[in-house]
Amino acid sequence: MKTKMQVTDLRVVGVKALNPRAFLLKLTDDAPLPLIHPGQFAELRVDGHPQVYLRRPISIHFVDRTNNELWLLIQKVGNGTQQLSRLQVGDHVNVLFPLGNGFRAVEQQGERVLLIGGGVGVAPLLEYGKYLTEHAAVPTFLLGGRSAGDILQVDEFRRYGEVWLTTEDGSAGERGYVTQHSLLQQPSAFDRISCCGPKPMMQAVVQYARQRNLPCEVSLENQMACGLGACLCCVEKTIRGNVCVCKEGPVFDIHQLNW
Amino acid sequence: MADIRTTIAGITFRNPVLTASGTFGYGIEFADLVNLADIGGIIVKGTTLHPREGNDYPRMAETAHGMLNCVGLQNKGVDYFCSHIYPNICDIDTRIIVNVSGSTIEDYVACAQRINELPNIPAIELNISCPNVKQGGMAFGVTTDGAYNVVKAVREVYHKPLIVKLSPNVTSITDIACAVESAGADALSLINTLMGMAIDIERRRPRLSIGTGGLSGPAIKPVAVRCVHQVAHAVHIPVIGLGGIATAEDAIEFLMAGARAVQIGTANFVDPTVSVRVAQGIDQWLDAHGCQTLDDIIGVV
Repeated sequence: MKTKMQVTDLRVVGVKALNPRAFLLKLTDDAPLPLIHPGQFAELRVDGHPQVYLRRPISIHFVDRTNNELWLLIQKVGNGTQQLSRLQVGDHVNVLFPLGNGFRAVEQQGERVLLIGGGVGVAPLLEYGKYLTEHAAVPTFLLGGRSAGDILQVDEFRRYGEVWLTTEDGSAGERGYVTQHSLLQQPSAFDRISCCGPKPMMQAVVQYARQRNLPCEVSLENQMACGLGACLCCVEKTIRGNVCVCKEGPVFDIHQLNW
Repeated sequence: MADIRTTIAGITFRNPVLTASGTFGYGIEFADLVNLADIGGIIVKGTTLHPREGNDYPRMAETAHGMLNCVGLQNKGVDYFCSHIYPNICDIDTRIIVNVSGSTIEDYVACAQRINELPNIPAIELNISCPNVKQGGMAFGVTTDGAYNVVKAVREVYHKPLIVKLSPNVTSITDIACAVESAGADALSLINTLMGMAIDIERRRPRLSIGTGGLSGPAIKPVAVRCVHQVAHAVHIPVIGLGGIATAEDAIEFLMAGARAVQIGTANFVDPTVSVRVAQGIDQWLDAHGCQTLDDIIGVV
């Protein structure tokens, strides 16, 4: 089903620092939140910072239907996300959502899906993990970061499936990159992969999936302006030429990409 | 309620707020968010004779109160527009104008001829001011001869209202405006983006793939108001003002400077409903100031 976009002032109900760089923002609305596909994103208007003009695209981390909450996992990388981190409970933030296309829908019961996330790129995988379990598929999470503090929301992920960790310094899980994890060295126990994280990590995962002929999709985070496919700024080179990540993605089947 | 209709080259717009080319797609991208019939007009993405892939990523850099872009006229070409896009937008209940660009005069002419055949496109906006393409584009718009020649050639084949979009990256925008008027343009729109550059100081390289780009957004508004004021006093054809408009008050500045309509561009990226909000705001402002029609304020400065 096609989702319908809206632009709405949502109310902040929670701001929680997860580490010195990342925070969890929980938003709500008086009206029920719209239909949202896992993997879709939101564009948040950033008010009150003189150097910030454009909205900031943020993955939808989780939709808590019980409490009508939209959860966003945000890394402070620049003025815009720093400003968003200053939001307080009770503030309003203008949100354009849901945008883009999400992850693949479940095609058969019992599908074993490996969800690989790196750093704040784990964000959209929580909602997708929830969706997969609700649709009788089996998600397994492989989450990576530089060190233990970079791995976010592990307890939340554990609610939906097995969680494996890698860190570059070995402070949590196996030492190394996600593609070096022992889980990926065995004959594949998975039907397909969905991945979101830093581009070098996704490229390594794509290479792994290609070698084993595993279906794989990745979620890209190119720099965006409009989020609607109008400005043509966030393009990625694909087999169909330059396409907007905001409109045609952010999730792409790897066969579409010229990686 | 004031009467906020405006007429340009014989085309009546239900309000003076149009969306600028390249900032509102083909309109349908925004249909979930705004009632397109509440917009005065939609100027669709720059269309060229042949498909163009545009420039490499990164194409955008946010700057203080605005942004740079170097999209480079990415579009699927006029044939695709006529066969695949036009059928989906021709019933939108507002004025749909096509922005036409090219690398050579022949390209502009051929593209305009194709658009001329489309019954629900009442006008074209000739883009002689795109700063992000190697050939053509702004090259035509920065000399009086170049501007005159391309407009004259298109004028001979295009029989509906011809709007020409001017570049501010010139020594005298009024000289260009007068050349374009004498070549037979029916209206002018200005300004296109200002050429700019931004540098990533950590990587010691430009933030845009081709080095430079066009600056847009509120940062350029005073430049645009000045250009509109100068040009509106120099020519006898109507002027459509654009450059950094984000509020009704911004739009009213342009109208007072002499514009008969305005376009909203970059602000669509921040608020996809801005065009409707600005149109309503103009109406309210006129009411609050005892004005009956836009003529009470157009060109009063």
